[in-house]
Amino acid sequence: MAQRRDRTRAPKKKKEVIEVEGVIRDTLPNAQFKVELPNGHHVLAHVSGKMKMHYIRILLGDRVLVELSPYDLSRGRITYRFR
Amino acid sequence: MSVELKSSDEIAIMREAGRRNAEVRRALLAAIAPGVTGRELDELAKAEIAKRDAEPTFVGYGPGGRPPYPGAICYSVNAQLVHGIPGERALAEGDIVSIDLGVTYGGYVSDAAFTVAVGEVAPEVQELLERTEAALHAGIERARAGNYLGDVSHAIGAVGQQARYGIVRDYGGHGVGRQMHEPPHIANFGRPGVGHRLKPGMVLALEPMFALGSEETLEGADHWTVSMRDGSLCAHFEETIAVTEGAPEVLTSLAQLDAPAGVADVPGGPGVGARVGESA
Repeated sequence: MAQRRDRTRAPKKKKEVIEVEGVIRDTLPNAQFKVELPNGHHVLAHVSGKMKMHYIRILLGDRVLVELSPYDLSRGRITYRFR
Repeated sequence: MSVELKSSDEIAIMREAGRRNAEVRRALLAAIAPGVTGRELDELAKAEIAKRDAEPTFVGYGPGGRPPYPGAICYSVNAQLVHGIPGERALAEGDIVSIDLGVTYGGYVSDAAFTVAVGEVAPEVQELLERTEAALHAGIERARAGNYLGDVSHAIGAVGQQARYGIVRDYGGHGVGRQMHEPPHIANFGRPGVGHRLKPGMVLALEPMFALGSEETLEGADHWTVSMRDGSLCAHFEETIAVTEGAPEVLTSLAQLDAPAGVADVPGGPGVGARVGESA
């Protein structure tokens, strides 16, 4: 049975973040997005600088990887767009 | 993420598991014909596995919160790539079907797959099957102690690239042992000279997956069946191999069933990419 390639990278050292998959539900100004998480919550997320540098476009309905800070679960950082 | 090395005792058990896998595969190959359903093949596989004092590896497997897999085999027809759940769909003349089979014996897993045409198919489809199997053997050939995992991935990918096939990136091979999926993940594309250094005692499942169209895949609503996004035909071949001091040993090879006991496997031996079902 083929093994699915694991696209979730190991969590960053030092920084404690929660990585979750989500779906883009709304696009907002300033490269911000409303992302729906598997638990039904909506978070306000911005695109990570590295993704902006590589002009990775994000559209409504895309599946993305979101980093959440354990201190503020209402905001996140989009670190990966699934193809 | 270290790759577990198996002792020669462990590999002896895995050889037994692999042999049983090949025997069941031969029974499945003989049964594939127009009109046969996935469920019938699955029941045949379950019976043949039970006869050999072994267990079907796939039954109940459910990684990452997926519903437990119900079958002993994966049955993926035409644009279905892998992990199709065997059901009432019957094979028709001109279909291609991929069967993936896991057999656990003595606590160790063997994992192998093949794709065959049911009756007559277009020449380019037959070629897809042959080239995908050739890619598997190209990978096996590179799986020697001292080489790198990237050499294996590159050898597999190069065959697909040369034929301009879609080389599936979302799925790949893996280490095999007591668990079906062990480190490392083995991509079907890559650069030579990178990744893990291969050592004797590593047991790996290599599984090239190529498509006539784009490489993009889609997971079905059943959380298992993986299909090509563009609906193109696709092929999948897999063997479980052991890295040794010399030539890699293909634990699940069909050729071992015909060879006298004790004779080492010849990689690239008689394949299963041939047509079946015409006379059945």
